[in-house]
Amino acid sequence: MPAALGAVVLLLVVLGLVTFAVYVHRKLLGWMQGRHGPTHTGPYGLLQTIADTVKLLQKEDVIPAQVDRPLFRLAPIIAFAPSFVVLAVIPFAPGLTFADVGVGLLFYLAVASVTTLGVIAGGWAANNKWSLIGALRSAAQMVSYEVPLALSALAVVLMAGSLNLNAIVEAQARSVWFVIPQALGFVIFLIAALAELNRTPFDLTEAESELVAGYLTEYSGVRFAFFMLGEYVYLFAMGALIATLYFGGWLPPHPALAFVPGIVWFLIKALFFAVLPFWLQATFPRARVDQLMGLAWKGLIPLAMVNLVLTAALKTWL
Amino acid sequence: MATLRTEELVLNVGPQHPSTHGVFRLIVTLDGETIVDARPVIGYLHRGTEKLAEDLTYTQIIPYTDRMDYLSAMIGNYALVHAVETLMGLEIPERAEYLRVIAMELNRIASHLVWFGTYLLDLGAITPFLYAFREREKILQLFAEISGARLTYSYMRIGGVKWDVPDEGWLGRVERFVDDFERALEEFHTLVTGNEIVQARLKGIGRIDRETAIAYGLTGVNLRSTGVAYDVRKAKPYSIYDRFEFEVPVRTEGDLWARYLLRLEEMEQSRRIVKQAVRQFPSGGEIMARMPKLIRPPAGEVYTSVESPRGELGVYIVSEGKPQPYRIHFRRPSFVNLQILPRLLIGENVANMIAILGSIDIVLGEVDA
Repeated sequence: MPAALGAVVLLLVVLGLVTFAVYVHRKLLGWMQGRHGPTHTGPYGLLQTIADTVKLLQKEDVIPAQVDRPLFRLAPIIAFAPSFVVLAVIPFAPGLTFADVGVGLLFYLAVASVTTLGVIAGGWAANNKWSLIGALRSAAQMVSYEVPLALSALAVVLMAGSLNLNAIVEAQARSVWFVIPQALGFVIFLIAALAELNRTPFDLTEAESELVAGYLTEYSGVRFAFFMLGEYVYLFAMGALIATLYFGGWLPPHPALAFVPGIVWFLIKALFFAVLPFWLQATFPRARVDQLMGLAWKGLIPLAMVNLVLTAALKTWL
Repeated sequence: MATLRTEELVLNVGPQHPSTHGVFRLIVTLDGETIVDARPVIGYLHRGTEKLAEDLTYTQIIPYTDRMDYLSAMIGNYALVHAVETLMGLEIPERAEYLRVIAMELNRIASHLVWFGTYLLDLGAITPFLYAFREREKILQLFAEISGARLTYSYMRIGGVKWDVPDEGWLGRVERFVDDFERALEEFHTLVTGNEIVQARLKGIGRIDRETAIAYGLTGVNLRSTGVAYDVRKAKPYSIYDRFEFEVPVRTEGDLWARYLLRLEEMEQSRRIVKQAVRQFPSGGEIMARMPKLIRPPAGEVYTSVESPRGELGVYIVSEGKPQPYRIHFRRPSFVNLQILPRLLIGENVANMIAILGSIDIVLGEVDA
C-alpha cells in the first residue's frame, strides 16, 4: 500500500514539474530570443501551461480515417508510460528511492528504450508518409545513440562497482564526483542523451521544417499531450540520471554544505541538466540525418570504447 | 537468398508545408531518403497580374508590383516606374532619386534579413529568425514613417516618389539604423556563420557550376555564387547607382555556403550605399517631375531591368500610346531561378531538399505573379 501511495505522489510531483518545465522552457527561449515568453495568463504567465493543457484535453479526439486504430491509440501510452517508470529507480535523496533495484541503471536504459517502440508505432499507425519517415529516423537515431549512452554509463559502473544507482552515488561520496575521472565519458553521455531525448541539435524526428511534425503529424488533443508529456518527463529523468551518474546525486558539493538536505542538491543538479537542452535549442541548428549517424558510429562509439578501456586500466593499476 | 522488394515513395511536399515559403508544391519520389525525381508545381498564388495590367493605367499597376515580390516591394515599384520613365524619356528630380535609392537598398537589407531568418529556421535554428526580424522591424518602421505601409508600399510614382521625408529627423534615423546594423551583422556572423553544424550542412551541398547557372538563366546571388560578377546595378547602371562606391560580392564554390555568405555580404554593401546616399542627400528640390494628369507613354516598346534581392527583375512594355499598356511582361527572377531546382534535388536527401530550396530564395508571389 505505501508503495502505491508513493507512486501516486511521484506522479503528482512529476506532473507539477512538467507543467513548470514547459513554462520555464518558453520563458527561457523567449528571453534568449529577445522576447518575453508567456505573460498574459495568470501572474507572469504562470498559468499558461495549465490553460494549454486544458485546451488540449477538451479538444475533439480526431482519428484520421485510414489509420491502424488500435495501434494509433496505444502508441502514445507506450511512448509515455516508460518515462514515469524510469523515475522509480532514481535516488532522489538518501533513502528516497521508489524502487531500489539492484540493476537500477540497466533498468533505466532498458525501460527508456521502450519509448522508441511507441514512436515507431505512432508513426506507422498514422498512415502518413511524414509520420513514417519521422518514426524511421527516430528509430535509427535512438538505437544508434543508445550504444554510446550505455557504453559511457558502463564506465561509471566500472568506477562504482555496481549497477545500483544508490551505490553509484555512495561510491562518489567515498572518492570524487565521477565527472572528474569520467570527463570524456560525461561528454559522450551528454551528447548521446541529447540525441536520445530528440533535442536540438538532434531533433530530427520532429524536424518541423523538413518533416512537418514527424511522427506527431496526425496526433492532436489528448494523444498529442501524452507524447509531449512523455518528452518533458524524460527531460527531467535524463537530468536526474546525469546528476546521479556524474555529479554525485544528492551529495553536497562540499561536506561543509551537508546541512542543506540532499533532495535540494539533487533537484538543483537534475533541473540544471533538464534545462540545458533549452539553452542548446536556442543556440544550434539541426544536424543532418546522415551526419548524425556518422557522429554516433564513427565518433562517439569508438570514443566511448576507448573511455571504457581507459577506465578499466585505471581501476586495475591504480 | 531472395532480395527484399523495395518500392519508391512518392511524397507530396506542400502547398501547405512549413518550409516551402508560401504555397509552393513539390512532388518528390524517394528511394529511401534519397530523391530520385522532383516535380515542382506552381500557380497556387497566380493572380494574372500581366493580363490585369492591360486594363489598368500605368499608375494603377504599381500596387500589383508590391504584391509580386512582397519582400522587396520598393524594388518592384521601381522596376515598373523605371520602365515607363525610360519609355517616356523622363528626367527624375535628384531628391526623388536619392529617396528611391535609400528605400530600395533598405528594402534589399530587409528582404535578405527575412531570407537569413527563415533559412536558418529551415535548418532548425530558431533564434536567428527572431534576431533577423528584430532588425527588419526597424526598417519597416522607417518605411511606415515615409510611405504609411509596412509591406506594400506603393511608394514610387512615374516621375518621382509619392512622399517626401516625413520630418527632419527621418534621415538621421536611417543613418542611425545603418550604423547600428553593422553590429547586428557582426552578431549574425558570430552566432551563425562560425557554427560547426551550419558549415557542415551548407558546404559542398547544392552545387551549381558556372555554365549550368548561365544556361538556366540564373541571376542574382544564385549566379554570383558560381563566379559570375553580374549585378544589374553595375552591369547596366540605372538610377544614380554610379555615384556610390560599392562592391559586387562574388564567390566561386556555387554551393549553399557561398550563397549564404553572399547574401550576408550584400547586406553590408547595401548598408554602405544607404550610408553614402544619406550623406549626399540634397537639401532641397522637388520629389516629382512635372507630369501630365494622364500618363500616356509614346508608342513603342521598352525593356529595362533592375537588381532585385533575388536577381534580375525585368519589365517589358509594349505601348500603343494609350494610358494602358498593350502588353506588359515581368521577368521574375524567382520564377527563372526556380527552374534549376529539380536538377539540384536529384540524388539528395530530404534534409538537403529543404536547404537547397531555401537557398534559391524564392518568393511565391513573384513565382506565380
